[in-house]
Amino acid sequence: MPTALVITAAGINCDLELGEAFRSAGCDVEAIQLKRLMTEPSLIGQFDLIGLPGGFSYGDDIAAGRVMAALIRQSLFPYLVDAIERGVPMIAPCNGFQIAVQVGLLPGPVAGGRWPAEPPAPAVALSDNASARFTDRWVGVEVPAETRCIWTRGLDGTPATMLLPVAHGEGRFSATPEQLAALQSGGQVALRYRHDDNPNGSLGDVAGICDASGLVFGLMPHPERFTRWSQHPFWTRLDAAERRAEPIGLHMFRQAVAHAAGVTV
Amino acid sequence: MSTTAAPGPAAHAGVSLHRIEVRVRPGVPDSRGEAALREAHSLRLPELPERIEHAAVYFVRGDLNADQLARIASELLADPVLQVATLGAAPSDAAVVEVHPLAGVTDPAAESVELAIEAMLGTRVEVRTGSRWDFHGIPQASAGALAGRFLANPVIHDIHLGAFLPSSFPSGRPYTLRRIEVPVRELDDAALERLSRDAHLFLSLDEMLAVRAAYRDLGREPSEIELETIAQTWSEHCVHKTLKSTVRYREGANVQCPLRAEGRPGHTIGADGEVTIANLLKSTIAAATFELMADGVDWCLSVFVDNAGVVAFDDEHAVCFKCETHNHPSAIEPYGGAATGIGGCIRDIMGTGLAAKPIAATDVFCVAPPDTEEVPEGCLQPARILRQVVAGVRDYGNRMGIPTINGAVWFDPDYVGNPLVYCGCIGVMPRHLVKGEVREGDAIVAVGGRTGRDGIHGATFSSAELTDTHADEFSHAVQIGNAITQKKALDAILEARDVVGGPLFRAITDCGAGGFSSAVGEMGATLGAEVHLDRAPLKYQGLSPTEIWISEAQERMVMAVPPDRLPALRGVCAAHDVEMCELGTFGTAEREIVLKYEGEAVGRIPVGFLHDGIPMPSREARFDPAPSVDRGAPAQLDAISASSALISLLAHPNIASKHWIVRQYDHEVQGGSVVKPLLGPHQDGPSDAAVIRPVPSARRGLAVANGLATGLADDPYLMALAAIDECVRNLVCVGADPARIALLDNFSWPSCRDAESMGLLVRAAEGCYDGAKAYRAPFVSGKDSLNNQFATEGGRTIRIPATLLISGMAIVPDAERCVTMDAKRADSILLLVGPSPTTLRGSHFARLFGGDEGALPEVDLRIGPLAARGVAAAIAAGLVRAAHDASDGGMLVAAAEMAFAGGIGLTLDLGAAEGGPSEQGSQAALLECFAEAPSRYLLEVDPARLPEVERLLGGVPHRVVGRFNPTPRLTAPRLGLDQPLEVLRHTWLKPLDW
Repeated sequence: MPTALVITAAGINCDLELGEAFRSAGCDVEAIQLKRLMTEPSLIGQFDLIGLPGGFSYGDDIAAGRVMAALIRQSLFPYLVDAIERGVPMIAPCNGFQIAVQVGLLPGPVAGGRWPAEPPAPAVALSDNASARFTDRWVGVEVPAETRCIWTRGLDGTPATMLLPVAHGEGRFSATPEQLAALQSGGQVALRYRHDDNPNGSLGDVAGICDASGLVFGLMPHPERFTRWSQHPFWTRLDAAERRAEPIGLHMFRQAVAHAAGVTV
Repeated sequence: MSTTAAPGPAAHAGVSLHRIEVRVRPGVPDSRGEAALREAHSLRLPELPERIEHAAVYFVRGDLNADQLARIASELLADPVLQVATLGAAPSDAAVVEVHPLAGVTDPAAESVELAIEAMLGTRVEVRTGSRWDFHGIPQASAGALAGRFLANPVIHDIHLGAFLPSSFPSGRPYTLRRIEVPVRELDDAALERLSRDAHLFLSLDEMLAVRAAYRDLGREPSEIELETIAQTWSEHCVHKTLKSTVRYREGANVQCPLRAEGRPGHTIGADGEVTIANLLKSTIAAATFELMADGVDWCLSVFVDNAGVVAFDDEHAVCFKCETHNHPSAIEPYGGAATGIGGCIRDIMGTGLAAKPIAATDVFCVAPPDTEEVPEGCLQPARILRQVVAGVRDYGNRMGIPTINGAVWFDPDYVGNPLVYCGCIGVMPRHLVKGEVREGDAIVAVGGRTGRDGIHGATFSSAELTDTHADEFSHAVQIGNAITQKKALDAILEARDVVGGPLFRAITDCGAGGFSSAVGEMGATLGAEVHLDRAPLKYQGLSPTEIWISEAQERMVMAVPPDRLPALRGVCAAHDVEMCELGTFGTAEREIVLKYEGEAVGRIPVGFLHDGIPMPSREARFDPAPSVDRGAPAQLDAISASSALISLLAHPNIASKHWIVRQYDHEVQGGSVVKPLLGPHQDGPSDAAVIRPVPSARRGLAVANGLATGLADDPYLMALAAIDECVRNLVCVGADPARIALLDNFSWPSCRDAESMGLLVRAAEGCYDGAKAYRAPFVSGKDSLNNQFATEGGRTIRIPATLLISGMAIVPDAERCVTMDAKRADSILLLVGPSPTTLRGSHFARLFGGDEGALPEVDLRIGPLAARGVAAAIAAGLVRAAHDASDGGMLVAAAEMAFAGGIGLTLDLGAAEGGPSEQGSQAALLECFAEAPSRYLLEVDPARLPEVERLLGGVPHRVVGRFNPTPRLTAPRLGLDQPLEVLRHTWLKPLDW
């Protein structure tokens, strides 16, 4: 059975549900403190999947994810790159996404390019929501047909089932128009908000992106909070047929676990 | 004006203080500046800026060269895509105002920056943070005044006009021990009272006399630290002396439901009709619980003794619930007051039994109406208070990763000087860890935050009446919390609890009011304790032993640790970067609290005197309401159409949607959410209760709700019954088992020194007893906050309405079968369950349109519980598509909410019978629609299943009052009501959509 590494740190607070989501999708889970990984980075080599959970790492002081990103850039970057090159799927919801972007893991080098030895300067950003306010609600999402992302590829459903919760204050995806075009043409936009349901003013309605390999997936919504129907915001009014499908959050984790196990779905 | 640029980084080596500013790049939206501008405009002041720009300011003190500074600025502090960093202060033509925390105020961001810089550069630095605001289009003095209105609070902030360029950080001076003796043995009554007030002890004369007698017996004078220890331990906050007092109660001739004292525990009836109640709390609220436990309620595991009440969840797990108020600090500094309120309540859960894991939070706010223009000197604007308390709960709860799932807001002008902030927290723990026990020789271990001068005298401050000068006098009682410090402590404590071989500690409690003095004092209440105060880690030097002992600095927990488990605990704490210190040992030969500083004894108090020496007061209580007048409904009521009344009610701030608040809380973190606070396809219908799954692997759920009936404050007996009934209905409506409801009581009262207020308190407590027994819903914990009144400069006293919050949690046997309030299908019927109303008094309708007179609504203690059981049985049998309780605003508001939440049309069969409106018919319709009568439920039912529902309802009154349909309108033809659902929905969403 594949084993997932969940990286925790001071202020990370979605580690347990991220672990539960991995478990529901059929893998073992081990949570390790960032502090320990910084002294024993080679531990990363033992894992088949990696999760960077949501939360308020180090209080999100300075900016969301900034301090944790600085610590990872200092000590773990080459080990995480090694993992990606080994084919390890990595998911980074919410604070994890903010961290991954600032570490330089996302969007990563263009297809066919090599990862740099040193962490690169961040190329895209997640800034204050247009409302300048923390917002928790479920939003409609769509998967671009051309995405390379192994977590979201082929994901589909009805408007009532293609929903995920967001809960953040700094999730507005920001990039230059050229970068956005490059991400789109490279299949690196992994998830979009439904155009009428963009909760934070993100450029191009981008909710999540992946690296060129499709393994590393960062997104502002929380798929780990949608692994059971009773987490859906209006599950009490869905009919049995709609609830027969797998919740889309769980589906993403199953895709990645299957990928890690070398099985095609 | 323009600011001068500060010198850049020093070329030479050596420690110096550097200033770095971070702002958005040109062209990138400055959302913080824009948000500040929006808020400035919402204040509607004569002089407003055209534009506000925000910059973060960091001061870094260390031995740094130019390259290192550049790295800190560009790699750590500024985002290269969106932001730009400036060394020093950027020049500006705008009016610059800076806001920086006062020396000694917690600066959580600074600690994180220090950590990151050390990791990046391997160099230790000191950091402080602040904010710069550039106001365009107004002079600097106006900008400074404006900043004082909404960007800063002088209680915790310094406001600087122009860029702040300090040359050094303030630092404390080392403390040299001074022994301070406070002579009391020779003081007369007047001098004792003066001492109590001047030293902020807030002890009564009787208590001061008891202290004097004790020290006369001991043959010496008390030291300052001993006197402080007694004041903390005997404070209203810690010992609840008013609720535990002996009360002599009398009532007048016009009481609607006279107290039937016969047979009540602890009540004796005198020859003249006066009722003596020995220990009010024990004879009412607690008595109900113990009587229920003796009568088959076998799931209460720990009640009234611990930091929270604990009940069984399933065979392996227990859940606990506690609710606290943080009223006085929130009046002075709403953001910090609310944040430390929720922080403290979370610590109560962490300190229950052998530590519970917090899984949900609740919040209820009572404030003056948001559009209040004039407030007395010394009070903050209610809208600002509400914004700030919401921000405080949001920032603390969200950061700790605890979902805030349920709450309420109640507006009343008399909360203007005394806003109420209730914070609740729920935890889950293994059932076998419900009780801890301190043993002789256990180490006293403190973990978490450091001790500072912040928060001194919070416990005694809560016993005082607020006045216009309190913001100055008690600013040290106000604090800023650091949620991450507490999250780390929580992670470490849960790991230490769950180690193989059992917990590394034998007991745990939080440092709340009174700080170490209360925590160690309570844990050592029988064994005594020896405490070495110089061992406590401090935020800065210079604290006296007394300050260390009573500081209420946040984020600290105290444990009793067997000496052989200390090494393992040190390892766990180190792994989580949690500071831990061994303060001393539990157990002394003489059973004393012995306080030492650098080896020298500074205080010594026998635990017997400390915990049993307080003279319990006796109180006079009188309840003598004026005779109620009932002139019938006033004539103008005929002129109010049902339609316009409904619109006005939906827009009333008590009833209107609280989505602006709910959405700022992460109410889904931890992934256990089952029924959310906002429901339906648009995710905006108001849920009656929230449901979570405390144990992810179990299908069993936990419902959480509250009841508040402040509209009935004229008779708190009926108010308490109504609040309990409402809480029960809220829980039942989502699918909870009414036989598994546990309640909490939180009293917020004006001063109880007069017999009238005390009479109101007695009425409420008696209501709690009758309500808990009738519904078989035991109280498991509670708290009181008395003295909620404000003395204005002009000598007027503004007393809050007597406010009783009932919080409830209940087991949901199968979370997958929960029911929500949004209407589901156009072929359903609407069934109204419950007794018919008899009075409009206490309703929002009556407040808006008149008719607030006559008898108060009474809960039928036979029908109410039957209705709850009947509705629960129908829900459990799968016969109910939607359920909603008819409470604030009345039945018509509740029906409208069901219809617009589900987007399903509804035609109501209400109003006078065919053949023209008769006077009597229109009165009946008015009551039916707008009375806020207890025990009423609205159920959406499949017409084919109606007979089954009716069978389960048994003798509970019920009737079909409407039919759902596909036309998206709410109509009641015989009331002339016909409104599109969208109009109703928007009317309800808009008023508090800030």
